[in-house]
Amino acid sequence: MRYAETIKSLGAPVLAIAIALAFGALLIEVAGFSSVEAYSEMWTGIFGSMRNFSEVLLKATPLILIGAGLAISFRSGVWNIGAEGQFYAGGMVAAVVALQMEGVNAWISIPVILIAASLAGAFWGGIAGFLRARYGASEIVTTIMLNYVAIILTSYLVTGPLMEAQGLFPQSDRFPQETQLPRILSGTRLNIGIYIAIIAAIVSWYIISQSRRGFSMRAVGASPDAARYAGINVNKNIIYSISYSGALAGLAASIELIGVTKRLFQTISPGYGFEGIAVALLANNNPLGAIFSGALFGALRSGAEIMQIGAGVPSVLIFIIQGLVIISVITLGTIRAYRKLRPED
Amino acid sequence: MSKHSNILEMRNISKRFPGGVVANNDVTIEVRQGEVHCLLGENGAGKSVLMSILYGLHHASDGEIFLRGEKVKIASPKEARNLRIGMVHQHFMLVPTLTVAQNVILGQYPAGTVLNMIPEVSQKLVELGRRFKLPVDPGALVMDLTVGEQQRVEIIKALYHGADLLIFDEPTAVLTPKEIAGFLDFVRHLRDEGITSIFITHKLDEVIAVADRITVLRDARKIGTVLAAETDPSELARMMVGRDVLMKLGDVRHDVGEVVVKINGLSANNSRGLEALSDVSFDVRAGEIVGIAGVSGNGQSELCLALTGLLESTSGSIQIDGEEIARLLPRGVAEKGVAHVPEDRHKLGVILPFSISENMVIHQFRKEPFSKMGRLLKKNISEYSRALTTEYRVRMRDTEQPIGDLSGGNQQKVVVARELARNPRFAVINQLTRGVDIGAIEFLLKKILEARNKGTAILLVSTELEELFAVCDRILVMSGGRIAGEFDGGRENLEEIGMLMATDVAS
Repeated sequence: MRYAETIKSLGAPVLAIAIALAFGALLIEVAGFSSVEAYSEMWTGIFGSMRNFSEVLLKATPLILIGAGLAISFRSGVWNIGAEGQFYAGGMVAAVVALQMEGVNAWISIPVILIAASLAGAFWGGIAGFLRARYGASEIVTTIMLNYVAIILTSYLVTGPLMEAQGLFPQSDRFPQETQLPRILSGTRLNIGIYIAIIAAIVSWYIISQSRRGFSMRAVGASPDAARYAGINVNKNIIYSISYSGALAGLAASIELIGVTKRLFQTISPGYGFEGIAVALLANNNPLGAIFSGALFGALRSGAEIMQIGAGVPSVLIFIIQGLVIISVITLGTIRAYRKLRPED
Repeated sequence: MSKHSNILEMRNISKRFPGGVVANNDVTIEVRQGEVHCLLGENGAGKSVLMSILYGLHHASDGEIFLRGEKVKIASPKEARNLRIGMVHQHFMLVPTLTVAQNVILGQYPAGTVLNMIPEVSQKLVELGRRFKLPVDPGALVMDLTVGEQQRVEIIKALYHGADLLIFDEPTAVLTPKEIAGFLDFVRHLRDEGITSIFITHKLDEVIAVADRITVLRDARKIGTVLAAETDPSELARMMVGRDVLMKLGDVRHDVGEVVVKINGLSANNSRGLEALSDVSFDVRAGEIVGIAGVSGNGQSELCLALTGLLESTSGSIQIDGEEIARLLPRGVAEKGVAHVPEDRHKLGVILPFSISENMVIHQFRKEPFSKMGRLLKKNISEYSRALTTEYRVRMRDTEQPIGDLSGGNQQKVVVARELARNPRFAVINQLTRGVDIGAIEFLLKKILEARNKGTAILLVSTELEELFAVCDRILVMSGGRIAGEFDGGRENLEEIGMLMATDVAS
């Protein structure tokens, strides 16, 4: 019944991406490269082979999870900038638990790791939620600060208590074989994490748009005063929503660790937590949309590497394009809001 | 061409906002050199907008402004300041972390020269303070000052920049009673020094105390200008709140049902921590409409919020059918059968981005048939919403569109439908008809009467006396946070109620 509106809501992101790619082409030309060559290399990097495409999905997995979680947090009016820290918190706990799983059946070890990491992420987000609810501390500030705490704590772990037995590199020992997340495509690193991410996004959509809890969260996000008037516990929903997004960030970390890296090290995230913010925004804070925007950002990231190798274009240009996508989305959104405000004159 | 005694003439000013709101409709005012001119009117009467036009914050859709005999166009506050107009806003425009002197010169001079000027500016501020009996400490940080002192800084800032026409936007709203007395003295002193003041307010006692002449606005129009010496509070009250006469819609009933609500010694503070509700006691019976009359800002808002759990009372008790509810949270209060149509519709009454259907169930979405096992049953919610919007003749496209798309009157119909559909024991209804057109007013009042006839105890708070006369069985007058009097619901008490509204029993 509302297909027209769904298509309309897709229009803005697609237009934004087109604008960003056009500007990106301009930049590539200005930098002295051929934009056609660069984009065709990028295309190859994304769709050129099953292997390439699997890498796209691999990179999309944490982005979808984090983006879907943040979408819920943002819809609840909670500006969680701390998914990066929540990812690290999840990663640390995933590593600690995974290292104890020698000889434990995978049917037990893997769920235990995923759950433990989710709880860790939820706890890390919950700290900021509690501080906001109890003392009114801005979660924007506290989550950013907690990012540093988690990242530095990880550095401490891999250079101290969890450092590998050989003591060569600042990384943990390799996790036992029992913890390896099942692969779903032979010859690639793609694992069931992508399924988990898509399911999590669908569950998140159900929660925010179909459930009683989601109704409360959206009410709190849209108007805290009216929510209070309606008898909704504003503080409780703030803590729930940020903990939920933290849980998905923690889950993303555990999938990354036991699915891809097999070890804990200092830079387990190349900025997934921050890119997740962009993923949520591009999806207009719709968790289902995060599946697509997460895949897009995964593709840009993965394609950029091939573009760098094939066409010699520095991959940092891709980060500029990613930035342009966000700026375009926000600009288009602002224009739409402005038009709505002033229908005439 | 204008008379020289008039420092300011605003002629035939109209202001229409996008979306059709008319804030000023052909308003003409004349302000004489050196007088204190009060602009009096209810909230939303158009006083602030008119003065914002004068200060260049809004631009008039129609009309002309003559200042000191010359036609002027004022495009921005900066131009207004250059024309020696100063404005003291209700919310101060000061940087808390800067000193008084720094605030005074902020943004006025090129960077680089400013810091050297501080000693000179400070000197001049002290002199100005002496002349206008408005002592300020130029080196004090604004954040260390009381609200009254900050207001002084705003005034002296305007005077420093040479203003001789000062606009005060509800200057006493933020002050304590003692500060108010001092402020009024000060305004008289300004007049002695030859400064012209325009004073926006809705408090009658202040107007009488300080004004030379008074212009009353109502519903965006000018009602008239009167000499303060030749008028009295009840005339002003009538000019301010009078509106088209509504028919008496229901009979006045006496000795109706049993006592449902028993309020005893209720006190509460406003958001600034000042006591706004003092020792209020009254009952509401089943099947009775009790009206609360009063000029806005006399504790009605706090009364409604305290009754519905949204504001913690400082003392006193509220009983519904003998059960104490004063310490309950909003949800607990609602579960005792209390409904609430709040005064501030956009802030409390509706969630603007939510659909009409969602707004219809914001109290009840947790229960069947609207949800089950944590899942919203959207079909049932829509069905419920469709039935109610049909009954209340809400004009809309469909129930799933955002409520923010609807006009104010239709939004209010949704709120009233939602609240009365719960068959409440007690309904607190504040400013039922604010922003609602005449046709819908009568419809909503009839719905309130229907609820009364079904046995609901109703508290109807309004600044519109006509609305109260139309349906109330009893009318209580609130003034200065207290119940100042109780009347039968008949129109014959209009004079007396108007008088009582005008006197502030607290001061």
